[in-house]
Amino acid sequence: MLFETAAHAAPAAHGAGHAAEATHAVAGAIAAAPPEGMATIVTLCVMAPIVGAAIAGFFGRRIGNIPSQAVTTGLLFLSCVLGWYTFIQHTWGGMPDFTVKLLDFINIGDFKSAWSIRIDALSATMLVVVTSVSSLVHLYSWGYMSEDDSRPRFFSYLSLFTFAMLMLVTAADFMQLFFGWEGVGLASYLLIGFWFQKDSASSAAIKAFVVNRVGDFGFALGIMTIYWQFGTINFGELFPLLANQKGQAWEFAGMYFSALDLAAFLLFIGAMGKSAQFFLHTWLPDAMEGPTPVSALIHAATMVTAGVYMVCLLSPLFEQAPQAKMIVAYIGAITAIFAASIGFTQNDIKRVIAYSTCSQLGYMFFAAGVGAYQAAMFHLFTHAFFKALLFLGAGSVIHGMHHEQDMRKMGGLYKYLPVTYAVMTIGTIAITGLGIPYTEIGFAGFFSKDAIIESAWVMHGTAQGMFAFWMGILAALLTSFYSFRLIFMTFHGKKTWDHGHDDHAHGHDSHGHDDHAKGHDDHDHGHGHAHTPHESPWIMLVPLILLAVGAVAAGFVFAPYFIGEHAHAFWGNAIQTASDNHVMHEAHNIKEVWVKLAPLVVTLLGLALAWYYYLHRPSLPKKMAANEGPIWTFLYNKWFFDEIYQATFVKLTKWLGDVFWKIGDVKIIDGLGPNGVAWTALKSAKNLVKTQTGYVYHYAFFMFLGVVGLLTWAVFGLAH
Amino acid sequence: MLPAIPNLLSIVTFAPLFGAAVIMILRALSRRDDEAVIARNAKWISLWTTLVTLALSVVMLLQFNGASPAYQFEEHYTWFGPVSYHMGVDGISILFVALTAFLMPICIAASWTSITQRVTEYMVAFLLLETLVIGVFTSLDIFLFYIFFEGGLVPMFLIIGIWGGKDRVYAAYKFFLYTLLGSVLMLAAMLYMVNKLGTANIPEMTRLLTETPFPVDVQGFLWFAFFASFAVKMPMWPVHTWLPDAHVQAPTAGSVMLAGILLKLGGYGFIRFNLPMFPQASEMFAPLVMILSVIAVVYTSLVAFRQTDIKKLIAYSSVAHMGFVTMGIFAGNQLGVEGAIFQMISHGLISGALFLCVGVVYDRWHTREIAFYGGLTKLMPHFAFIFLLFTMANVGLPGTSGFIGEIATMTGAYDWGTWVALVSASGVIFSAVYALNLYKRVMFGVVTNDELKKYPDVDAREIAIFTPLIIGTLVLGIYPAFVFDFTTASVDGLVKAYQAAIGG
Repeated sequence: MLFETAAHAAPAAHGAGHAAEATHAVAGAIAAAPPEGMATIVTLCVMAPIVGAAIAGFFGRRIGNIPSQAVTTGLLFLSCVLGWYTFIQHTWGGMPDFTVKLLDFINIGDFKSAWSIRIDALSATMLVVVTSVSSLVHLYSWGYMSEDDSRPRFFSYLSLFTFAMLMLVTAADFMQLFFGWEGVGLASYLLIGFWFQKDSASSAAIKAFVVNRVGDFGFALGIMTIYWQFGTINFGELFPLLANQKGQAWEFAGMYFSALDLAAFLLFIGAMGKSAQFFLHTWLPDAMEGPTPVSALIHAATMVTAGVYMVCLLSPLFEQAPQAKMIVAYIGAITAIFAASIGFTQNDIKRVIAYSTCSQLGYMFFAAGVGAYQAAMFHLFTHAFFKALLFLGAGSVIHGMHHEQDMRKMGGLYKYLPVTYAVMTIGTIAITGLGIPYTEIGFAGFFSKDAIIESAWVMHGTAQGMFAFWMGILAALLTSFYSFRLIFMTFHGKKTWDHGHDDHAHGHDSHGHDDHAKGHDDHDHGHGHAHTPHESPWIMLVPLILLAVGAVAAGFVFAPYFIGEHAHAFWGNAIQTASDNHVMHEAHNIKEVWVKLAPLVVTLLGLALAWYYYLHRPSLPKKMAANEGPIWTFLYNKWFFDEIYQATFVKLTKWLGDVFWKIGDVKIIDGLGPNGVAWTALKSAKNLVKTQTGYVYHYAFFMFLGVVGLLTWAVFGLAH
Repeated sequence: MLPAIPNLLSIVTFAPLFGAAVIMILRALSRRDDEAVIARNAKWISLWTTLVTLALSVVMLLQFNGASPAYQFEEHYTWFGPVSYHMGVDGISILFVALTAFLMPICIAASWTSITQRVTEYMVAFLLLETLVIGVFTSLDIFLFYIFFEGGLVPMFLIIGIWGGKDRVYAAYKFFLYTLLGSVLMLAAMLYMVNKLGTANIPEMTRLLTETPFPVDVQGFLWFAFFASFAVKMPMWPVHTWLPDAHVQAPTAGSVMLAGILLKLGGYGFIRFNLPMFPQASEMFAPLVMILSVIAVVYTSLVAFRQTDIKKLIAYSSVAHMGFVTMGIFAGNQLGVEGAIFQMISHGLISGALFLCVGVVYDRWHTREIAFYGGLTKLMPHFAFIFLLFTMANVGLPGTSGFIGEIATMTGAYDWGTWVALVSASGVIFSAVYALNLYKRVMFGVVTNDELKKYPDVDAREIAIFTPLIIGTLVLGIYPAFVFDFTTASVDGLVKAYQAAIGG
């Protein structure tokens, strides 16, 4: 308490005294104590992965591959069970929201934060998503990474990531949120660059980290803005203060802004970086350099959704910040259509899915931007299942194709990878959102994506609502097209891999081929490394099948809770919408039949187009690619974002660095300063090179003499 | 609780000097031709001396009452004239004493095999340096402070000039030239102040100046005289160019002391003198400091990005990190000042460790050229982990101590002026650019240089050197209260007085 007033004095001086005073009113309004035993359970749930990461990371070489894998995977499954238990207790067991405080973190004046575990509907949902996908990815990696010689390191990083992500979602204040936020960034950096010998991998890792840092730059400024406005960085203390702050002005960098809009916008920049939204998306496709299980876990199901999670978590803030909300809606809608437009020209199987992820994240953001946070979270939830499924399925294809990722060199694989084919088809149907309107029958995406599009329609009275709705419809068409294109190019049509990827091993290839043609599939494994596609081992297929179950069922099982009749009870206070926000309610009562039918129609249209171009007339897209028309070139080169950034930001940074160094430091500062002054002394120094050390001693001696002399003068001079 | 040790502060301060004396006496008593034995004895005596000093400083930390802003462990003996032997530590200085005592055994151990010439003199120079630097933080008499402050330069000057690289004379000279300029001005200001106030007692001077400050114009001159000296030490832009040269030429342990401790003398001086003694002038000149600080953060980060010498890169990154310190101090609020102190302590650990990392590769291949390296992760996995951890700490990753200081100083500076936070936050992006690029070029990729395969991963001695730094960086990053428990009361008093003086 000693230091409380000092920090208050400062905001008061700058005209924010009211905020600082208000803090006292709610100080101590931390959430209720945890129910019996739950503190231990959630603590274990969050901490188990870091224990595994430490064991595999520090002792992996000593204990060996299998024990490292077993310990990390085992602890992750423990975490998963506890996560589900928490979620079930919270959803059906009547367990209230609570916060467990573990340890103080930064405490300076009012800048108070603590290591905590906050459990509410949002974090409980994320616990389930993160631990489920992560434990399945751990399991899958047993097979996928079985030939890698750094497996303990890989599993350690995966578990480290999971820990950071769990810290992120259970944070009770901005500092822990930021810790998790950058922690997942670190894990992402390490895993993208996992194959560090590859230059492209380590460059992609740096790109991911740096672009995320650009986002974090905004995020950090947002936190500071919040702190100086309200004198707190704790969510529980902050949210009650927000309601009557609408319309306050705030000075930032010499200009005046609406205070809450500014804070929300700065924080959203962080979300844009983490969730790869338009302008800050360039790192995500490159992140595919990482092993595929990483792409599934981090760059599809969990980490990249952290931005969406943050916006939903901060719904009390965004609800009071209409301008920022509008920006969220626009950026989300633009990203949805932009990424989808690139997705259908790419040939790398992982990149197609990466752009698809980017686009789906855009959906989530524009849902939040129109005020349908529940729909955004629901799509986050279902997307985790079917996108992890698609990525791991792609991994199974890549594994089966001996590290081939170019879809032009695939085709006809359904015969060789039947299980993978089946689950990926399920995933594709789930992402395109097939289902029967006006019923409760459909795949996961049907429930969540349609809810988003309908929410946008509800807001069609606003420009951003209308824009988001039409972009959502158009992106749904493209989603269907590129998703089925992926299935058709990979699994259907003519096989193109017999003269494909390993030119110097032609004889070997075709040999392996003939065997298959004669129907000796049973001998598949006997071929060892023959370049013939093969189905993945069961340890990889089981996670795929489980995720496929999720992709089918997550929608109709959970729709009543996330967006349906139980939604109010399910969310509790975790999502707080303004009193004039009726988006979710009205989305249920849309009268326009065509709005209800539109998503299904465009999805079927996309499917038909994909079928026409890639199965019926496969020569057409090849011609288009060969012609290199302007639109195609523009899309294929990803709207030239990388080139533009390279020519501007990267070049400028290097140029400025050189100018500051070679001209600023060397020519100007040193030239005018020490070298100018020292020039004569240095000349004589050169003559003294033989006795350098003596020279140094002399200097030291004279320096010391000078000090003593001055002091003597001072002392005796003053004594008089 | 441990029993109180009389004159503990003097013992901590002069224990290293005592060790140095023992080494000199032993050498005088030994046979001249027994160089190897003498060198070995010197090393062991130094190590034990520094470890005992560390243990004593830990005792001091444990006995310190963090709730009180007062100076503790005070010793006061009149000497001659206005000069008295007056020692004491508050919640700010005690941390720097502990940091010095913590880094010193690490420096000795890091020099164990790499120094082969004039070992006894080297060890004596380091022990002397320790006494002088600790003395800077413990002296409460302004002349005593000055003696320690300037005296500390001498052993550092020798360490660079004798055991340095091939351009050591130029570097030592540049170092000397810069520092001298500031020192003369500071001494003149000190003489003026003592004359006016009739005392050289720092707490007493602060008290008098809080009650009746100097006129603003006088404050301005005095503020600037101190600023000249401390800004060079920090170093602030544009008087920073001595630092990269000094670092490049200094032996590894010299760089650790330079970055870890000597740079902190400037920040400590600002907190001890400029802010409390000349508050109006501090407020008046704060815009200047803020501009120089943000320039330091952005400019030197960009320069660091373009370096081809590992040590120079890290040296420039030090300048950038010190920009956060000056920014925090002159923000003049609790967050800023506490953040600045934390940033200094944290930077002492992190930059020290980074220079030790450079030492690891330099000891093996004798080059600091980044292009020489590449792919070391495969060959040196343990080193890869250590270097990665400190690289991440250097870019301010939350969970490491590097984060706390940056976020606190920036948040503090936000209140002073949002643009300061805006510009300095962009430095956080650039720090990731240069640090990760360095790591990539040294550690990632395939090994193309066969020379690199000649030497093994870090050995037990090297791991033992890094372990305390790793623990320190992580523990402070997760539980920064270990620092704030000491600083809060002292900084609170300081900031309140400052705010009252400037009428805020």
